Amino acid sequence: MRSRASVVIIGAGAVGSSIAYNLARMGARDVVVVEKKFVAWGSTGRCAAGVREQWGTEINCLLSKRSLGILENLEEELEYSGDIEFKQKGYLILAYTEREWEQFKKNVSLQNSLGIPSQCITPEEAHSIVPILNTEGLLGATFCSTDGHCNPFRVTVAYAEAAQRLGVEITSHTSVTGLIMKGDRVAGVRTDKGDIEADTVICTAGPYSQLIGEMAGVSLPNYAERHQILVTEPVEPLQGPMVISFSRRFYCQQTPHGGFIMGMGDPNEPKSYNIGQSWQFLEETTRVACDILPPLKDLSLVRQWSGLYDMTPDSQPVLGQVPGVRSLFIASGFSGHGLMLAPVTGILLAEMVLGMPASTDVSMLDVGRFERGELVMEPSVV
Amino acid sequence: MCEAESAASRTIICRCEDVTLEDLRHLLERGYTSPDELKRVSRCGMGPCQGKTCRELVVAEIARYLSKDPGDVALPTFRPPTKPVKLGLIAGGCSHEK
Repeated sequence: MRSRASVVIIGAGAVGSSIAYNLARMGARDVVVVEKKFVAWGSTGRCAAGVREQWGTEINCLLSKRSLGILENLEEELEYSGDIEFKQKGYLILAYTEREWEQFKKNVSLQNSLGIPSQCITPEEAHSIVPILNTEGLLGATFCSTDGHCNPFRVTVAYAEAAQRLGVEITSHTSVTGLIMKGDRVAGVRTDKGDIEADTVICTAGPYSQLIGEMAGVSLPNYAERHQILVTEPVEPLQGPMVISFSRRFYCQQTPHGGFIMGMGDPNEPKSYNIGQSWQFLEETTRVACDILPPLKDLSLVRQWSGLYDMTPDSQPVLGQVPGVRSLFIASGFSGHGLMLAPVTGILLAEMVLGMPASTDVSMLDVGRFERGELVMEPSVV
Repeated sequence: MCEAESAASRTIICRCEDVTLEDLRHLLERGYTSPDELKRVSRCGMGPCQGKTCRELVVAEIARYLSKDPGDVALPTFRPPTKPVKLGLIAGGCSHEK
């Protein structure tokens, strides 16, 4: 392990790996990624693998649109020999209440103004896109055909391996135990394998970012929240798009591999680092799944697991310098959407750290917005 | 291709996901040396048998590669359910409480 680096990145999930690659691509030398377990172990490797442009805030629309553009050519860009399983079969977002239908119309008009090809459709049209959909109680839906899926492990491994070929060191099974502080400046990280001095430290520790913040003496707004998920046996293609309902807190997609991945948010889930599973989740999720997508009743559940959403008070990421701590940057708080925003985040953070002009203005997503009360509420989160 | 390589390419380790011994050895050489990492990059053990068929084979191969005792190789994380169950059965199981 190197004892000196220009940049240390804490966490080798999708976001950390993408930043490492982009920094190296833009000319940074001596970049080290310190990872507690291994590449994609945390929230990245536990996520539902969806990527979408259908958001309710302008900044999320812009960031996800850029990310999807990058994903389209990612295998070539990273010279990845495998398949990242990028699939664009769309996202179908279901409206069951007048309130959400009104919100969805606003979202679609915002998305269209930014060049995102989403549309409001009738329950009949929704049924023709997803023939296994039960349209009972459905007021309408929105559909965007360019949304879709990518394999979280493969995307992250592709970034990590490309970064390594450009000279980045990824130090797995190494925990950050503290930050080296020089006055109000971070000068490196302490790990259980030794210290690494650095000019800049970037925290991409996802739900564990708050713990890294504490090491620098700052209170970050992030908190961890368990989200459970399950997957079925693989079967022949039955469902093209991801199907989501915010009011029923449910999402479900069939992966290119054939298995159905689905999950539900629990409004009573406490803030914690618990990544265990519960039988209640299985009962609730299978009940909603069999109601919305009845033919799924005949599929076998193969596995259930859970991962942590890295939440912020407005369900939006925190990107940029940490106020009061020089040389410490953060890219976390993705609130369940880190994988799909990772490609663009890598570019934006590399620009910030290297002092280059920002290719997308994300100044409204800084850490200080919570203190200023300038939250950017995202309404479209499961 | 020598005879041993040819045999490795024909030896299936994970029958659910079609992972061969040759695939596994390539991944080990690329640095993926724990069952949980191999599972993520190859899907080995993620099929309908839930890894019951390949788990020991993978551990044995890792142990051989790292010159360790198989007992010292950490097993992959066990995920519920113990056996695959149809979604309709689980969903139906909740309704009789009403």
